Amino acid sequence: MAFGPHLLLAALEGLVTAAVLALTALGLSLVFGVMRVVNVAHGEFFMLGAVLAWAISTAISGHAALGFLAALVLAPLIVGLIALVAERLVLRRLNYNPEATIVATIGMLYIIQQLALTFYGPEARPVEPPFSYRILLPWFGYSGYKLSIIAASALLLVATWFVLTRTKIGLVMRATQYDSETAQAFGIPVDRVYAGVFALGAMLAAVAAVLIVPISQAHYLMGQDPLLLSFIVVIIGGLGSLRGTVVAAVLIGLSDGIISVFFSPTLAKIIATLLVAMVLVFRPQGLFGTASR
Amino acid sequence: MKEASPAKAYALHLGVIALLFGLSFVLPEYHHGLLARIMVLAVFAMGYNMLFGYVGLLSLGHAMFFSAGLYGAGLAVIHLGWSVPAAFAAGLACGTLLALAIGMLALRTSGVAFMIVTMMFAQVFYLIILYFASRTGGDQGLVVPQSARVLVVGGTSLGLTDPTVRYMSALALFSIVLLVTLAIVRSRYGRVLVAIRENEERTKMLGYDTFSNKLAAVVVSGTVCAASGAAYALLFGYVGSTFASVQYSILPLLWVLLGGAATTLGPLIGTLFMYYVVDVTSGYTSAYLLIVGIALILLVLFFPRGILGTIRQRWLGWLP
Repeated sequence: MAFGPHLLLAALEGLVTAAVLALTALGLSLVFGVMRVVNVAHGEFFMLGAVLAWAISTAISGHAALGFLAALVLAPLIVGLIALVAERLVLRRLNYNPEATIVATIGMLYIIQQLALTFYGPEARPVEPPFSYRILLPWFGYSGYKLSIIAASALLLVATWFVLTRTKIGLVMRATQYDSETAQAFGIPVDRVYAGVFALGAMLAAVAAVLIVPISQAHYLMGQDPLLLSFIVVIIGGLGSLRGTVVAAVLIGLSDGIISVFFSPTLAKIIATLLVAMVLVFRPQGLFGTASR
Repeated sequence: MKEASPAKAYALHLGVIALLFGLSFVLPEYHHGLLARIMVLAVFAMGYNMLFGYVGLLSLGHAMFFSAGLYGAGLAVIHLGWSVPAAFAAGLACGTLLALAIGMLALRTSGVAFMIVTMMFAQVFYLIILYFASRTGGDQGLVVPQSARVLVVGGTSLGLTDPTVRYMSALALFSIVLLVTLAIVRSRYGRVLVAIRENEERTKMLGYDTFSNKLAAVVVSGTVCAASGAAYALLFGYVGSTFASVQYSILPLLWVLLGGAATTLGPLIGTLFMYYVVDVTSGYTSAYLLIVGIALILLVLFFPRGILGTIRQRWLGWLP
């Protein structure tokens, strides 16, 4: 294959990565933005989404699309519920103290991972894609499903943006983010907002995982890379900024796709992680964010 | 907190060291070996405690300092054929230099950003070890040859694979670090660190250069962790990338939280306790990470001061 088409292929792969990454990172960013909680277990909610998608789609017989659709609806709901319980039982009791919650979410990470290993096993299992239509480009055929991931993710991002900026729920969330004490004084149930945001963040990760699982595979350790990449995206994009998160996700996804096609993936990860650490050291508000209050 | 009486504190610590020395002669073989390992890892926890307990800086990347010592010493023996003392010094030097560099960068941030930055630097370190797998052995790791692990003292050569020599070397390192920690904590410098933890702005206002005090703490902490790593490589003869993974940044945090942050003996108690909990439960289940996870959550929820921290608060105010 010539260089041009090769680059196009890498860019398409990168866009798929970016689409999934944007959803996952948005979840992390919302939780941090509103609750000031760094959720280290975020990657495990992603993993749970994928594992549940496998469980649901194999439980439902009939056409592959049927099982997939069921997974797309049910898996995020179950993950959201688990997150809700975790939030009520642990995070709320810690008063959302940033350092204590990091330790607690590390604990959740280990618990979820180990339970997945115990009940799901160490194998990587595939989920059948809902359709397998190939789009024929002049140089190579490309999976139609992958393109639909990009579309679905874009749709979800727009929906989230709409909820955040144009609805009452979004207003309440932004008020809590801006100043939780004043919000409380104005009768906003801050406590319930936190619970909802934590569940929503986990659900976004789960949806992203359900979308990606037909082209990758469900595995109990699959949450680690998305966690690291989401951190990178959230930091580069500026914490709590939706636009920044999306821009950074596309940037990271594309460069990750292109760099790993042409260079060693380990080297790509080293460079990306180092760059992000430097951004955090020298420009803590992110490349697109505004200075923190 | 009551003013600590120096004689009592030193007597307690020397007593603990004497107890560990005595245990060497009565413990059955299995527990003897386990305790040697626990003492080396307790040094790692003490190094972590220096920063987390006394300065209040929660790092999620201390595995890099441990593995800097581990690889610094291990690779010096394997590739360069250095003697044990030289390799140990090389491990220490690697840890000190790395801690200096990381400290200069990471201390520009604070709070949550500090945790994430240290975690990312540790991740980079881990990936670098994997990337140079031809030299470092990658995730397979390397075995430090038994023939090279010999310490020559005077005219006699002591094989570090011998259980008694290994135990006594671990105890020597542990005792030195424990007494140095106690001395640091009781010194003027130790009090400045605690002042920074309690209120950095006020300490700054009182005229202390908080940045260089914190940097010194990072370097001391990193060096102690590297000493633990170097000792681990030389005493137990294995270096591997697992020791650089996130898990090994979390474990010292768990040990210190369990034993009691900002207590000199807490790291030992925490490491000892956690090691035996995992050891006992591994008879019933392989899910040891589950226990680590549950322990972390229960600790932050119900027991944030740890074992010794609670004892100090309730009964023994003089405990250092």
